[in-house]
Amino acid sequence: MQYFFNWDVVWRATDKLAYGLALGLGMAALALVVGSAIGLGCALVLTSPKLKVLHRPVRWYVEIIRNSPLLVLVFFVYFGLPQAGIRTLDNIDSFVLTLTVYAGAYMTEVFRGGLASIPARYVESGMAIGLSGRQCFFFVTLPVMFRIVLPSLSNNLISLFKDTALASAIAVPELTHTARWINVQTFQVVEAWTSVTVLYLAVSYSLAFVLRRIERRYAVIR
Amino acid sequence: MSATATPANGQDGDGIVLSARDIHKRFGDVEVLKGIDLDVGKGEVVALIGASGSGKTTFLRCVNMLEEYQAGIIRIGGVPIGYHDEGGRRVRLPESTVVRQRSEIGMVFQSFNLFPHLTARANIMLGLTKVRGKSKAEAGAIADRWLERVGLTDRKDHYPYQLSGGQQQRVAIARAVAMDPRLVLFDEVTSALDPELVGEVLTVMRDLAKSGMTMVVVSHEMLFVSSVAGRVVFMDGGRVAEQGSPSEILKNPKSERLRSFLGRFHGVLR
Repeated sequence: MQYFFNWDVVWRATDKLAYGLALGLGMAALALVVGSAIGLGCALVLTSPKLKVLHRPVRWYVEIIRNSPLLVLVFFVYFGLPQAGIRTLDNIDSFVLTLTVYAGAYMTEVFRGGLASIPARYVESGMAIGLSGRQCFFFVTLPVMFRIVLPSLSNNLISLFKDTALASAIAVPELTHTARWINVQTFQVVEAWTSVTVLYLAVSYSLAFVLRRIERRYAVIR
Repeated sequence: MSATATPANGQDGDGIVLSARDIHKRFGDVEVLKGIDLDVGKGEVVALIGASGSGKTTFLRCVNMLEEYQAGIIRIGGVPIGYHDEGGRRVRLPESTVVRQRSEIGMVFQSFNLFPHLTARANIMLGLTKVRGKSKAEAGAIADRWLERVGLTDRKDHYPYQLSGGQQQRVAIARAVAMDPRLVLFDEVTSALDPELVGEVLTVMRDLAKSGMTMVVVSHEMLFVSSVAGRVVFMDGGRVAEQGSPSEILKNPKSERLRSFLGRFHGVLR
């Protein structure tokens, strides 16, 4: 059987592809930002002896999320929770929620590691010039930690962007879903999947390129 | 200078900056400080010498309240720091008070400990803006002045990782003294340096000593100690074993322990 290439189907879907791409990036960025806030909070809980009662719940959260496939979590939140009587979300909200909770668990580990790797002597020299504990945290610990975890943060952003492909499973109109739409509408299978593969690749690669420059700019810790 | 704490330039009445009385410090079951008494006068440079484990560093850390201690009292300018007496009980002062008191005492560490995410200049400015409440411009001017004093004007926008150990330590000294503390503690500040970088740091310290800075220096640099310190205190087993002028202590040690300690520096001291 002969296959006839027809790239027109891709050009005709440009607006859909652009929307899908923007949606994927937006969902990843939102999950990264909110997930980082969750992760930082959980990491602070785990490193605080005063909040020992909360250590176990936080550990459970991190372990459950990190040991479940993201696709299963996506189905659980979108199909499972409404059946259990929890208010129904539309598919985009549901996916963003899942991805954020997922990112939060990974970020917890990233930030916990970052906090643990800061030598106590930096904080001590902050105290020695008269900074309070709070000031030491905000002006020394936090900025140093962000520089340490920056490479992990950018890896996570790229991973999260690629993970948004799973949103197609609950019909979120992102890039992968658009590819499937072109595929089904036109049967131009090769064009559909080539175009989104190239788009994923181009965006991930440029993202990595930009992030590496930022990392180098802030890589002041040896 | 005599063995007692005579202020070198004691213009103001009392003249005693640091006074420690009967400091006891335990780590678990091990008592590392067994009753330290020490007075340091304004403008005086006191060197603490002794074998490792004799309690020199621990004592400095107690003075700066980086360690808690179980008994004794330390006064800065006559005011008890770290603890106070509450109806006969010894109580740690509230953290906010400790923080304020600590800002009056400078400390320079063996491992420099510059903030790695800040330039040399910003390292000096942080305490000036956040603790002293100075404006950015004011703090910057003070930082520039101190960077010039330690000979690092051309390195002011460098990050710590771009500086040699000697340069980092000079910035760390500038960071401590820029706060205008009443007393600066130096904890083996040349021990982590390559031998060829020790000199530049000692030169800065000599300059500070000459300008009337009150300094307590833990050091194994005996030549520096003998030429700069007004008084040398030999610590042994958590106690002050002997003290006096550099010539008394380094050239005519009375105790056997001090003689054997100084024997290790044979060749450096004559």
